[in-house]
Amino acid sequence: MKRERLYGMMAEFDSAQALIDAAKRTHQAGYNKIDAYSPFPIEGLAEEIGFHRDEVPLVVLIGGIVGGLTGYLMQYWMSAVDYPLNIGGKPYHSWPSFIVITFEMTILFAGISAVFGMLALNGLPMPYHPVFNVPRFSSASKDRFFLIVFCSDPKYDPAGTRDFLQALKPRSLSEVPS
Amino acid sequence: MESMDEQYKTTIDAPVMEPGYTFGTVTEKISAIVLTRPASNGWFVGFGVAFLMTMMMLYAIGYLVLKGIGIWGVTIPIGWGFAIVNFVWWIGIGHAGTLISAILLLLRQSWRNSINRFAEAMTLFAVACAGIFPAIHVGRPWLAYWLFPYPSTMGVWPQFRSPLMWDVFAVSTYATISALFWFIGLIPDMATLRDRATHPVARIAYGMLSMGWRGSARHWHRYETAYLLLAGLATPLVLSVHTVVSFDFAVGIVPGWHTTIFPPYFVAGAIYSGFAMVLMLAIPIRKIYGLEDFITELHLQNAAKVMLATGLIVAYGYGIEAFMGWYSGDRYDAFTIWNRLHGPYAIPYWALLICNIFIPQVLWIRKLRTSPVALFFVSGVILVGMWLERFIIVVVSLHRDFLTSSWGMYYPTRWDWMTYIGTIGMFLAAIFLFVRLLPMISIFEMRTLLPEAEVKE
Repeated sequence: MKRERLYGMMAEFDSAQALIDAAKRTHQAGYNKIDAYSPFPIEGLAEEIGFHRDEVPLVVLIGGIVGGLTGYLMQYWMSAVDYPLNIGGKPYHSWPSFIVITFEMTILFAGISAVFGMLALNGLPMPYHPVFNVPRFSSASKDRFFLIVFCSDPKYDPAGTRDFLQALKPRSLSEVPS
Repeated sequence: MESMDEQYKTTIDAPVMEPGYTFGTVTEKISAIVLTRPASNGWFVGFGVAFLMTMMMLYAIGYLVLKGIGIWGVTIPIGWGFAIVNFVWWIGIGHAGTLISAILLLLRQSWRNSINRFAEAMTLFAVACAGIFPAIHVGRPWLAYWLFPYPSTMGVWPQFRSPLMWDVFAVSTYATISALFWFIGLIPDMATLRDRATHPVARIAYGMLSMGWRGSARHWHRYETAYLLLAGLATPLVLSVHTVVSFDFAVGIVPGWHTTIFPPYFVAGAIYSGFAMVLMLAIPIRKIYGLEDFITELHLQNAAKVMLATGLIVAYGYGIEAFMGWYSGDRYDAFTIWNRLHGPYAIPYWALLICNIFIPQVLWIRKLRTSPVALFFVSGVILVGMWLERFIIVVVSLHRDFLTSSWGMYYPTRWDWMTYIGTIGMFLAAIFLFVRLLPMISIFEMRTLLPEAEVKE
């Protein structure tokens, strides 16, 4: 079957340092729709490819606030409104007793938000992705570092981008079929 | 951080990881245990024994459901027998996993990277064992879900002023967060196994678990943020869990329970026993799977030092309990201490002092601290000691309270023992499966320890 469209151009590097340098130069050259892949987190790499807005902390904050309110209001409503029960003469709304569960619910909701928020913002789970079409990409989870320029980048042009990436001295260069 | 780590690496004698490894060899060495190494006869024998013990537990629980908790040794006044002793013991063991994975991450102790994965697995399995006990102890285990606030046709709600309800929330939150923390730590390594596996079933299974992870820089950024935030959330959580467990006792008025020292001393005891379990697992595993290069003498030493420190906090707790027994001027409190030292359960109490306070002091000796055999033995002693501590707290406090007319004795039955030993089997069976099916050392975090991982901008 004939491939009609490309997804991007991918360059392979040997080291984390080479990848971070290449990413910086590519971004400085005016490419905006790029991504970098590494087998472990590299400090500063996301910033080099122009990623600055990480919304995970906001999601976790909202999750925590919702969890805390849920925990407290649940206990208040159940113990003081819906089914007031006299326990040892304590007030129906005995707030000090409600603190522990409020705290636990805060942590629970914030933690769930952290994990599922991170996955959702990353668009995971995504079992299929065009980058997996490159056979050498299986080393991205082991010891190789990859940089991709997406075809959707306004500055992308098949020959020019290839030459540009070639000048970064990659170990290999592959077209990523869509 | 780098310079501090460098300094740390050079000033101590044992390294975090033996030199000479690359990204590739670290990956191959850890993933080969799961992907290519055949299961040995020893594994089958070990798993088989653990599995039979699990079956024994299920038999004991099945008989319990049939007959009721009368088959156990619990009677009034000792209504909280082995079930609560074992619950506290197991949940305490779990605490070390969270300490290693979350607190040491926040403290930037990079040596944690080679032991956090299986310490977290240990946490999860220990919490699973712990969770069994309160559920079967309620008397009608099929109604255990009444503990949770759900809209029932009875129109009633749980009693939130009770520490037992707090415990339900603390333990279920702890189990959930531990599982999530473990799972997100596994995602990048699942991608590694997906790309290395040759068997189609393994590729599909690891592929599904990896969620399609591809190591994008944006993904790593959010991933690290989420991981760090989870660590920040898990840190107060783990401290709260054993605090809340201690409230189950401390909020009661029984002499021997009603004391404010309980929360810190419970948390320290939890970490104490948890590190002992980590060592009891790590020492044989590193030997059998040849992982001495990753789990080095440094890890053993550090774990021993944590045990030494937390052990001293526990000893301080015992000391304060005894002091307050005298200083409070309360005759019931004073009697509780006297009863521990001279009463019918004096032998377990003295054994507890020997196991938890005296024997672990040998860890001051450097030679023993670095000897795997000695550490394995001392860890076993500590685990026994910590179990005895919970036995003393639960049983000895209850068996002689304010009125002599309500004094009694507790004799565990064979069903108590079968359930307890059975949970050890279930725990070990889960560990046996874990080391064969999942990478027991976090591969991607090990890569970050290599010198080639360092970049300058």
